[in-house]
Amino acid sequence: MPTPALPPQGAPDRSRRWRRVRRAAALPLAALVLSGCTVPGFGASAGVTESSKSAFHLWQGFSIGAVIIGALVVVLMIYAMLRYRRKGDHIPVQHQYHLPLEVIYTVVPILIVFGLFAATLVVENKATANPQTNVVVNVNAFQWGWQFLYPGTHALVYGQTTQSPTMEIPVNTNVHINLTSTDVIHGFYVHAFNFSRYALPGVVNQFTIRAQSTGTFFGQCTQLCGLYHSLMFFQVKVVSASDYAKWIASFNNPADIAAAAAALKTTNAELASGVASKNTYTKFGR
Amino acid sequence: MKVEAKILLGLGLFFGLMCAVYWNWSLENAGGVMMFAAMLLGFLPGSYYYWWSRRMKQRPEDNPQATQTQGAGVVGAFPGSSIFPFVMGMGAFFVVLALVFGIWLLVPGLGLVVWALLGGTAEGRRGGQH
Amino acid sequence: MTDVLDPPVHVEPHDGGHEEHHGPTGILNWLTTTDHKVIGLSYTVTAVIMLVIGGLFAEIIRGQLATPNGTLVSLAQYNELFTMHGSVMIYLFAGPFAFGALANIIVPIQIGAPDMAFPRLNALSYWLYLTGAITMLSGFFTAGGAANFGWVGYAPLSNSLNTPGAGADLWIGGLLLTGFSAIFTGVNLVATIFYLRAPGMTMFRMPIFTWNMLVTAILILLAFPVLTAGLIMLYADRHFGTHIYSVAGGGVPVLWQHIFWFWGHPEVYILALPFFGMVTEIIAVFSRKPVFGYKGMIFATLTIAALSLGVWAHHMFTTGVVLLPFFSIMSLLIAVPTGIKMFNWIGTMWRGQIWFSTAMLMAIGFLFTFLIGGLTGIYLASPPLDFFTHDTYFVVAHFHSVVMALVLAGMAGLYYWGPKITGYLLNEKIGKAQFWFLFIGSQVFTIPLYILGLQGMPRRMAVYPHDPQWKMLNDLSTLGAVLIGLSTVLFVVNVVVSWKKYPAGDNPWDAHTLEWFTTSPPPHHNFYRLPQIRSERPTWDHNHPEHRALHHGEHEPAHENAGAKQ
Repeated sequence: MPTPALPPQGAPDRSRRWRRVRRAAALPLAALVLSGCTVPGFGASAGVTESSKSAFHLWQGFSIGAVIIGALVVVLMIYAMLRYRRKGDHIPVQHQYHLPLEVIYTVVPILIVFGLFAATLVVENKATANPQTNVVVNVNAFQWGWQFLYPGTHALVYGQTTQSPTMEIPVNTNVHINLTSTDVIHGFYVHAFNFSRYALPGVVNQFTIRAQSTGTFFGQCTQLCGLYHSLMFFQVKVVSASDYAKWIASFNNPADIAAAAAALKTTNAELASGVASKNTYTKFGR
Repeated sequence: MKVEAKILLGLGLFFGLMCAVYWNWSLENAGGVMMFAAMLLGFLPGSYYYWWSRRMKQRPEDNPQATQTQGAGVVGAFPGSSIFPFVMGMGAFFVVLALVFGIWLLVPGLGLVVWALLGGTAEGRRGGQH
Repeated sequence: MTDVLDPPVHVEPHDGGHEEHHGPTGILNWLTTTDHKVIGLSYTVTAVIMLVIGGLFAEIIRGQLATPNGTLVSLAQYNELFTMHGSVMIYLFAGPFAFGALANIIVPIQIGAPDMAFPRLNALSYWLYLTGAITMLSGFFTAGGAANFGWVGYAPLSNSLNTPGAGADLWIGGLLLTGFSAIFTGVNLVATIFYLRAPGMTMFRMPIFTWNMLVTAILILLAFPVLTAGLIMLYADRHFGTHIYSVAGGGVPVLWQHIFWFWGHPEVYILALPFFGMVTEIIAVFSRKPVFGYKGMIFATLTIAALSLGVWAHHMFTTGVVLLPFFSIMSLLIAVPTGIKMFNWIGTMWRGQIWFSTAMLMAIGFLFTFLIGGLTGIYLASPPLDFFTHDTYFVVAHFHSVVMALVLAGMAGLYYWGPKITGYLLNEKIGKAQFWFLFIGSQVFTIPLYILGLQGMPRRMAVYPHDPQWKMLNDLSTLGAVLIGLSTVLFVVNVVVSWKKYPAGDNPWDAHTLEWFTTSPPPHHNFYRLPQIRSERPTWDHNHPEHRALHHGEHEPAHENAGAKQ
């Protein structure tokens, strides 16, 4: 398989300053992670992968901030509305400026924003990191279904709409996904992974997932792709390493092998054309 | 006029700065080009206004102490009514419909547009209907 | 009191300054008018009709989603419905209502101008808008149905292979027309504000609404040409065999997203800033105080505008081909000027005398709803959080909180400026009932959607057979949509009931700005006379000369010789 030369995003920051910012941001974040079980989820769930959990903790951090700021603003508004209701016809003092106050509510939000940004960077780099791994799945989306191909093996899963093709992956293993599309834009979204990524025609999107518990998780297309978009389902089945090996080995009859070989040939061509067109378009990532 | 010029120049400067940062960081072309164009859209009229503001005498609307009498006189031509915007609009409508339903619609479309252009110009010379 | 006035001066229009305008009457008057007030009124009526049409689409969508396997409409019809719901609301209602309807009527009067700078161009804007709306909606009457690729029209779904048929072309054509309409209005507003201000109306004495419209107009000029160019390329891809957005010929699908959102994100602020301006004026007037932090407010508006051009790709975080940190920090930074506005609005109410008229209630409803929409927007600026909420109902809920806030603000604007335009007030009792329906409806409608999004419900789903447990929250949301629909019915009832019933007088709210100095409705060319303009509140200064705005640290009663140094 030709490996696309470019990391998809989040090229590592080289400057020392950023590292320092990240380290500073990691502290409160770590505290948050430790207390994660007592902090409410604010509607979201932790998910089953490593990065889904860190995204969830980031979510909790943002939510705490939002609740505090929102409550402050609501209290101020309600107080003003109750306290300064019109009582009679006199004209209030016509104050218009209060410079120190205005400076405070300009500077403090800027500081908050940079704090949020630093926390974002930490989690983002985790979510977009691409560590070395042996388990690779080429995911190919099409109208309206999914094809999961395991290069180097004979495993190939294919299914349309409510057939819900199932992608099997081993637990506690980095699984590298090469995601692309044969026709229009689709969205690869698994709720339990707290993650989604577009399947773009002509582009290979790469990411790594590391599921931490076994089970079957529902996924579906999130980017409008035409008539049967609402029914473009798939499943991810996370199994133990030995079950995974057994499953891969079960693709051993000649028909399976021929189908996988043909599919690999097509996707290789697609991947190659994808890399080529991506290069002509952007030199992103240097 | 200076404030107006400075707003546009300021926006142009900001877009220029953003364009430089973005283009160098992402090496993505579409956004870089669009931001460069946005910068030009700030600088071109902005610098014209600035150049002009240094050569004109202060307008009453820029003078904080102006009285209303200073603004007296003819402000400009404000035609009270005109059919030609409607004609032009219908012409544009037909031109767009030609994109969808067939090229022959360009005939009435462009016909109306040309009529509106000529008629509107002539009307402007006469000073408009009242 | 009259000695404050300069001698009455009539702004001489070209027609020699008759007070009465003698033009054609009836339908011909409507077709030929170049009066910004009549054009603005046409815009208002058309935009409200579009709001009703888009609202009906929304009700059908919510009806379909009330059950997991809804059969109200087919999958294909559902795709058309949400596409046209978004298109009508964004392209044909929210924008034109803001910069076509209210700005057209109010801005020239607020700065003491006789009309817009280019009256005939202004009329052309309206005709392009109307024909554009007709073009886009006529897709429903073609064989293949209306456009069905979402209001964002992502390539390659919108190419001729995946979406053949006239509906998509009509969508493109309608957008071209309304796009030019917006550009012409933008040119007109900038020229009007730069060149037709009354003597003494310096830039830093313009009302906040006019300021916001100026910035909106500049944003229109920066953003709309990009969309128009993108649409022409899309049309070329569909019909002339180019491959700008298709992989097959070496094109790049993501280019459409770059172009679309480079217009699309400024568009969000093109929609929002006018409504921010309305709310600012209304809160100040009904608190009987000047706008708190007037200059900070203008600075915040300019900052929002500048930043809004550098954040487009936060709609594309999950494409995997954009520079995440740049767009993340730029998007997060927009929260700062928006926060400044929020605190300034509260500061304006602080120590005021708040009069809870319908307009003020709507404005306060805006504050609450926009607070929810704004705070949830901050999440979406963070790529890891966007990864798991993108294209789910969380995003839908977020921007519906924002646009429902804008609808509240727009209604506030209609209740506030309607009397100026028509000369008659609307019924306050029905107005308040409408407010409660609209405000509660908005929350009941959006809040379940946030939860659904976090539970993983993707947007643009006609059915959700896999997760029937989402039915309850969807039903709640549908109930909210029904409440919002009822509020619109109440508005129409109010207009009918109060038709020419409650004469408004020139200045029913004891308001601040120049439009309240002239008659209701204003005469042709707007003013018989103008007051001295010495601050951003000329009408207030004229009516309450002893209560001018105070600077920080100044005390009442104002010192006689302090001197206004606005």
